[in-house]
Amino acid sequence: MTTTQTTMKRRDFLKVSATAAGALALEFCLPVATARAAPQAGVTEVNAWIVIHPDDRVVIRIARSEMGQGTFTALAQLVAEELDCDWAKVSAEFASPNEHIRRNRIWGSMSTGGSMGVRTSQDYVRKAGASARAMLVGAAGRRWNVPAAECLADRGIVTHPPTGRKLRYGELAAEAAKIPPPQDIKLRDPKDWKIAGKPVHRLDIPDKVMGKPVFGVDVALPGMLHASIAQCPVFGGKLKNVEAKDALAMRGVKNVVKQGDFVAVIADSWWRADQALQKLDIEWDEAGHGGIGNAEIDAMLRQGLDVTGLPKARETGNVDAAFADVGQVAKVIEAEYASPYLHHATMEPMTCTAWFKGDGSLEVWTSTQDGEAALHEAAAASGLPPERIEVHKMMLGGGFGRRGFPQDFVGQGVKIAKAMPGVPVKLMWSREEDMRHGYYRPASLVRMKAGLDQQGRLVALRAKAACPSILKALIPRAMRDGIDFTAVLGLADMPYTVPHQRVEYAVRNGHVPVGFWRAPGQQNGFYRECFIDELAHAAGQDPLAYRLAMLAADDKDRLILEATARAAGWGTPPPPGQHRGLAVMSGFGSFAAAVAEVSVSATGQLKVHRVVVGVDSGHVVNPDTCRAQAESNVVYGLGPVLYQEINIRNGRVVEANFNNFRLPRIAEMPKVDTVLAPTGGFWGGHGEPAILPVAPAVCNAIFATTGKRVRSLPLSHHELRRPDSA
Amino acid sequence: MMNFNVNGKAYQVDVEPEMPLLWVLRDHLGLTGAKYGCGISACGSCTVLVDGAAVRACGVRAGELAGKKIVTIEGLGQDGLHRIQQAWIDHQVPQCGYCQTGLIMSVAALLAKHPKPTDADIDRDITNLCRCGTYPRVRAAIHALAGD
Ligand code: FES
Ligand code: FES
Repeated sequence: MTTTQTTMKRRDFLKVSATAAGALALEFCLPVATARAAPQAGVTEVNAWIVIHPDDRVVIRIARSEMGQGTFTALAQLVAEELDCDWAKVSAEFASPNEHIRRNRIWGSMSTGGSMGVRTSQDYVRKAGASARAMLVGAAGRRWNVPAAECLADRGIVTHPPTGRKLRYGELAAEAAKIPPPQDIKLRDPKDWKIAGKPVHRLDIPDKVMGKPVFGVDVALPGMLHASIAQCPVFGGKLKNVEAKDALAMRGVKNVVKQGDFVAVIADSWWRADQALQKLDIEWDEAGHGGIGNAEIDAMLRQGLDVTGLPKARETGNVDAAFADVGQVAKVIEAEYASPYLHHATMEPMTCTAWFKGDGSLEVWTSTQDGEAALHEAAAASGLPPERIEVHKMMLGGGFGRRGFPQDFVGQGVKIAKAMPGVPVKLMWSREEDMRHGYYRPASLVRMKAGLDQQGRLVALRAKAACPSILKALIPRAMRDGIDFTAVLGLADMPYTVPHQRVEYAVRNGHVPVGFWRAPGQQNGFYRECFIDELAHAAGQDPLAYRLAMLAADDKDRLILEATARAAGWGTPPPPGQHRGLAVMSGFGSFAAAVAEVSVSATGQLKVHRVVVGVDSGHVVNPDTCRAQAESNVVYGLGPVLYQEINIRNGRVVEANFNNFRLPRIAEMPKVDTVLAPTGGFWGGHGEPAILPVAPAVCNAIFATTGKRVRSLPLSHHELRRPDSA
Repeated sequence: MMNFNVNGKAYQVDVEPEMPLLWVLRDHLGLTGAKYGCGISACGSCTVLVDGAAVRACGVRAGELAGKKIVTIEGLGQDGLHRIQQAWIDHQVPQCGYCQTGLIMSVAALLAKHPKPTDADIDRDITNLCRCGTYPRVRAAIHALAGD
């Protein structure tokens, strides 16, 4: 049985489903026989999610990964809310991927991405809490010989009001675990929440401020060795030849591992491994990609735009007839927008520690957005059955999509450690390797054509997008009729009521790997919302009023746009010397809008003073974490506006480190005012939505300030000096 | 053998003088609070105090540290939480947390020099990179520490 599993290809385990909202559910499903976990002494597992200690401490198991977004705490809040335990006694731990597959995927999905942690597991984690609560109450009823319905649970204590008797959860857990879970579970109305919905402190912060070893790169094991890696700098290429004599003679060096498209040096410290790596004389087979650069990639995208009969992501009304009819379209406006490849640049580089143990098992420690996918990757790379592998999920020093899919770094870590059986080996990529071996946000080119009527109203809109497809590259069967929904996000689902619309997509995948970069498709927000701004100005109308006229009264884009504009004081004079721009865009289950206040100095220096960002996620589980995510999205969205880009020359990435792939610093950080405006009735995400309107709001504000329309990013390629300055 | 004084303790380690302090700390002394982010003194994740000044541990060599007092995040709050760490909890600053130990050490050096830093002081001295964008909370926490 196990051989078949390990020889099956990765895609056989990959379950893909696209939801109506355009979200992508992506998870690994490893078919393994059901088994119960060995019980831990002294503590009781009431159910898979909840472990209760005799002294009432509650440990909540979290299946999703924590990469800074706060899901660890938010999911614990949802469980604790229904459990009615004492929040002060709650801690959380990551669920074990090995146990997950042995127990028939008992924790649902371990995949962490698409802002889905809360929104796609809220139902089952709340039920886990409610079910455990009912079992604890049931145990108290049995102990007292009274109907459970007469008992109340609150803050970890079950009371029997008629007699005043009390029992603590710690005293009831062992009996509760033996009670069959209830069939009918009623979840609490969010308006009655006591723990969820509150800005409780994050559970992971105390360790993080102490510098306790919590990240993948911090793993330390007895006798552990360290590895530094060099991968073929030209994408798609492989290793041809390595001369390792000098490196092997260097201090602390233990081994040189050669594999497919990489070579790694193993030594007794990472620095020694990395020093020796520099001494390797490596010959690469560039697979014929060594001549590709920015110009070839631009040409590839441009060719895509010139093709007719492309797959359509949206077709409403009759676009051709509308443009041909001067009675309908009085004015035509066309524009082309573009943006470059971008790197995730997590602060913690890719890392994986692996240890082939004497008993034939394998242990892996890594910072992954999907523990189950990491387990499968380790199985494929080691040739061991998944049951013999444990993956220890570490805190992530950032993820942003890079550590979700694929798990390339895990496969490498395992292959490297395989060369040193019995010895744990920690692989860490240098920053340069990390920068040059990403799964980049696709570069893209979009051509827009709008038809306005006599009154300036938008009646016909055509958008043609050319960009590499993430799905075609990573999960081809998730493509639908030639469309990758991440490539047309915001265009195919544009909320504005425009009678005639057509959105076409040209899949153009070059040799540069592409992947899920925070809010995949978010560059379309820049294109669409800046182009709409162009139309508002062409029509001589206020950009807010122009948009509102195209949004139905109950449209949630409208509601969040209004709330955000109001909070920003849209329509009132901005601070002296500053101008405002706005944008709205939905995605990842939520609705988001932003107003940016910027100034541009006479010499062309841009300053973003303030960004007011609004999010409607339906429900809010931890308002403080949601605000932190909004702040995070503002700065993550600002880097690509200001200066970030990944350039390709000679088939490889030009940028190497933070000196040429810059991240904004505190001095460049605008003030962020977050508007949380949950309208209830749905569960939206927070990790990504707020990034969607950031770039267009800033660029629209630049137009308001300078009269210059920025149609390609980053701004470092543009001269913002005002025409009136010398 | 080289001698180091880290967090008030004397260590003897057999490392080459060219090895950056960061790797002495992380791989030879087991002090992993200082993080590697870039290795070229560009990100500040590896910031520690050397004789009270904020120093990027990836950019200083083992051989340059004779007789110097090194303090890392592990030794910042000798008896429990340092007030900066407490302020970081109060303001819920960290997200992923990776850059935070370096940030906290940079702030310790800033506050030692300027107990009441202005925004301009913060902009000048706090040049650490945080990919998660915790900057607004970092600024708020610093002002709170200054009693503003
Ligand atoms: S690792 Fe030292 S400054 Fe980045
Ligand atoms: S908190 Fe993640 S990089 Fe700063």
